[in-house]
Amino acid sequence: MTTAWYVLRRFALLIVSLIVSSALVFLLLRLLPGDLAQAKLGIYGTPEALAQLRTEYGLDKSLPEQYVSWLSKAVRGDLGLSVLTGADITSELLGKATVTLPLIGIASVLAVLIAVPLGMLAALRFRKWDGVATSAVSQLGIAVPTFWIGVILITIFAVQSQIFPSGGFPYDGWSNFGEAMKSLVLPACTLALAQGAVLMRFARSATIDVIQQDYFRTARATGLSRAGALRVHGVRNALVPVVSVLGMQISTLIVGAIIVESVFALPGVGQMLLQDVNIRDYTKVQGTVAATTALVFVVSFLIDLVLGLLNPRMRQR
Amino acid sequence: MMRGNRTLTIGISLVAFSLMMFLLSFIWTPYDPLEINPELSLTSPSWSHWMGTDENGRDILSNIVLGSRATLITGVLAVVICMLLGVTIGIATAMSPKWVESPAIFGTDIVLALPTVLFAIVLAAVYGPSTYTAVFAIGIALSASVAQVTRREVNVILLADYVTAARASGSRNLRIVRTHVLPNLRASLFVQASGASAIAILAESTLSYLGLGTPPPDPSWGRMMASLQQYLIIDPIFPLWPGLAILITVLGFNLLGDGLREALDPTLRRDVE
Amino acid sequence: MTLLQVRNLTIRFGRKVVVDDVSFDLDAGERLGIIGESGSGKTLTSLAVIGLLPEGAVVDGSIVFDNVEILNRSDGQLSSIRGNHIGMVFQEPLTALNPLMRVGKQIAQPLRIHRGMRMKAALARATELCERVGLPDPERIVRSYPHQLSGGQRQRIGLAIALACDPSLLIADEPTTALDVTVQQEVLNLINELVREQGSALMFVSHDLPVVSMMTERVAVMRSGTMVELATVSKLFGGARHEYSQMLVRAARQSDDEFVRISEGGHR
Repeated sequence: MTTAWYVLRRFALLIVSLIVSSALVFLLLRLLPGDLAQAKLGIYGTPEALAQLRTEYGLDKSLPEQYVSWLSKAVRGDLGLSVLTGADITSELLGKATVTLPLIGIASVLAVLIAVPLGMLAALRFRKWDGVATSAVSQLGIAVPTFWIGVILITIFAVQSQIFPSGGFPYDGWSNFGEAMKSLVLPACTLALAQGAVLMRFARSATIDVIQQDYFRTARATGLSRAGALRVHGVRNALVPVVSVLGMQISTLIVGAIIVESVFALPGVGQMLLQDVNIRDYTKVQGTVAATTALVFVVSFLIDLVLGLLNPRMRQR
Repeated sequence: MMRGNRTLTIGISLVAFSLMMFLLSFIWTPYDPLEINPELSLTSPSWSHWMGTDENGRDILSNIVLGSRATLITGVLAVVICMLLGVTIGIATAMSPKWVESPAIFGTDIVLALPTVLFAIVLAAVYGPSTYTAVFAIGIALSASVAQVTRREVNVILLADYVTAARASGSRNLRIVRTHVLPNLRASLFVQASGASAIAILAESTLSYLGLGTPPPDPSWGRMMASLQQYLIIDPIFPLWPGLAILITVLGFNLLGDGLREALDPTLRRDVE
Repeated sequence: MTLLQVRNLTIRFGRKVVVDDVSFDLDAGERLGIIGESGSGKTLTSLAVIGLLPEGAVVDGSIVFDNVEILNRSDGQLSSIRGNHIGMVFQEPLTALNPLMRVGKQIAQPLRIHRGMRMKAALARATELCERVGLPDPERIVRSYPHQLSGGQRQRIGLAIALACDPSLLIADEPTTALDVTVQQEVLNLINELVREQGSALMFVSHDLPVVSMMTERVAVMRSGTMVELATVSKLFGGARHEYSQMLVRAARQSDDEFVRISEGGHR
């Protein structure tokens, strides 16, 4: 199976997943108790007004018809208008994404930078005290709730030492680059630490695997020290499971972003989602969740491609 | 054949500690957790209030003890749901013909891809935040993972000779499940349940931190941390207490699961190692 | 000149003794075979010489290579000897190479470490080495991944890696056991030729007496961790002293007259 065939197959899977998941989300929210039009108009809901509203939002059509029309607009980037507030879902989402996406991106990179070296260290010093200690720390890291990590970081770096802001994002957004970055440091570190703890275990077991391989012994026979042999042969091999787990963890990262945005009061997608849930803005929630799920699938597709690059044997499968 | 298993011992002690708090909450707390004392608002830990008081003058220690109820009840209920659902689906899928198995696996994968908390958020959007939406959401979300692991294990069990022999002698599927599959699954189920409990409790505390869990006035650790966070400036120790409570409980279940896995069957498939 | 001196080598894992009081010498340019069944301790002995015993091994005795004591030396000090003055080829060509790295790069490793060569120069030399080990189309081979090569080709790569820095001692641990019968002879001939060209000493470890006797002049017979006999090949076939060696010789005679005829009549 050549590279092209592999890519094609994964792409087809991606499309199917996107359609199925968006249909599920759509269905879930359309089957709700309560009438959307009624909810919006409340006591002003004369039969004519209700009917007009329904036609306007296409609520009088059948479910499959609604789904298809929603989907056809969605793939073109138009997620429609919120029935409750009339706001354009896509533009609001994009606006908030300028905070959330950089947050997730920086956090992922940091998480890998934390996990791989620490994981390899834990594996190298397998029976020695610093290896055991590192493993214990990662155990702890998995058990600690993300929001607590955030609170602790705020305590140390924001409240006690006043280095970083304890929350919020500059009013003028990214045009104030310095302040914007400062606002993202603690949140990104929080996410990175939470993810890193999980990834570290995989990096560690992958490295232990490498150490037990024959080619590791060959490398040692050529004169490399244990650390040196790991540097030459281990990093790539340790990266493969770490990256693939990271890919599987995208949704956890997104949830983490929601939590972190709440802890640090960042005006991102997560924050927006929680607010919409509070005011029961169903259509907006649906649009956001559908877009997010789509993002998750696309990212994991891309990660699979990267893995195919890292591991040449996978291309042949 | 249980050797001195340090992980297991620590795990059991920590979980026991949380359970004791839970039981204690029905018998006695130092103060009435819900009693408001505005004049005592936000006092630091002292001999009279070991963990200090919150913004309403309520004793934090008493609230931590009472808060264990929300967390543990949600956790246990969610785990019961996810285990029952997950194991049933897992076994059923593994023993079904191919044409049923494939779409079922696909469905499980899709549910697996959807994160627990996101699912709970969507549900909260519909039904409003409460203990039950949290339990339901966590239970369903976790059942997918339990179903997947169970399915794999059952597939391995089904390959055994004694199963083939049982089939050859005419045993129907249900009997095979009862006499061969379930007993062999037992160890793995215990391990999975511990792991699921840890995740459920983490999820519950996260949901209540976000305001999507047990609503006031019943205290819950996650929500306590959210409200105490604003008062960090006065004394950073306030949000530490609910955090410690959560940490101890989750760590306890994690170590319990790891310890059980070591003790019951070292050849059990380990996802990480 | 004595290149390698092994005295009273004892290796333990916990309380289990796996190599018991083994002693032998190896001169420069000499070829020694170490023969025994699995579990005889022959592989561990060879690993001890290159300083790559697995974790948990407790070693006693002395191994002196080129006037340097190997045992209980720090890893850093041994690193300059490994791959440089002592090269080793292992049994499993499939797993001895890193699947994610092109073989050229893997051959270049010892050159970069011990000769300080830059990647480009090292790769050029690697290509030369591929030619030397008899690989056709070396430029293409150098850029290939291990899974794109056959078992025999991979083992030649293994040899290239081991001999890259012209070591004075080559240790070969069952180098052809995992290969097809048709390829075995080719690889053995190659080892023969390379060692002779370079004038290196050879320590050939195997369970196969006919093969060992073809490749070496002297043989050490190991059984359950002890060295039961140390003799030249002709002496061994002429009249082995130990019962076990006699058993091996008998088995060898039965299996392959060709090999035995060569070794009995003196070889090369």
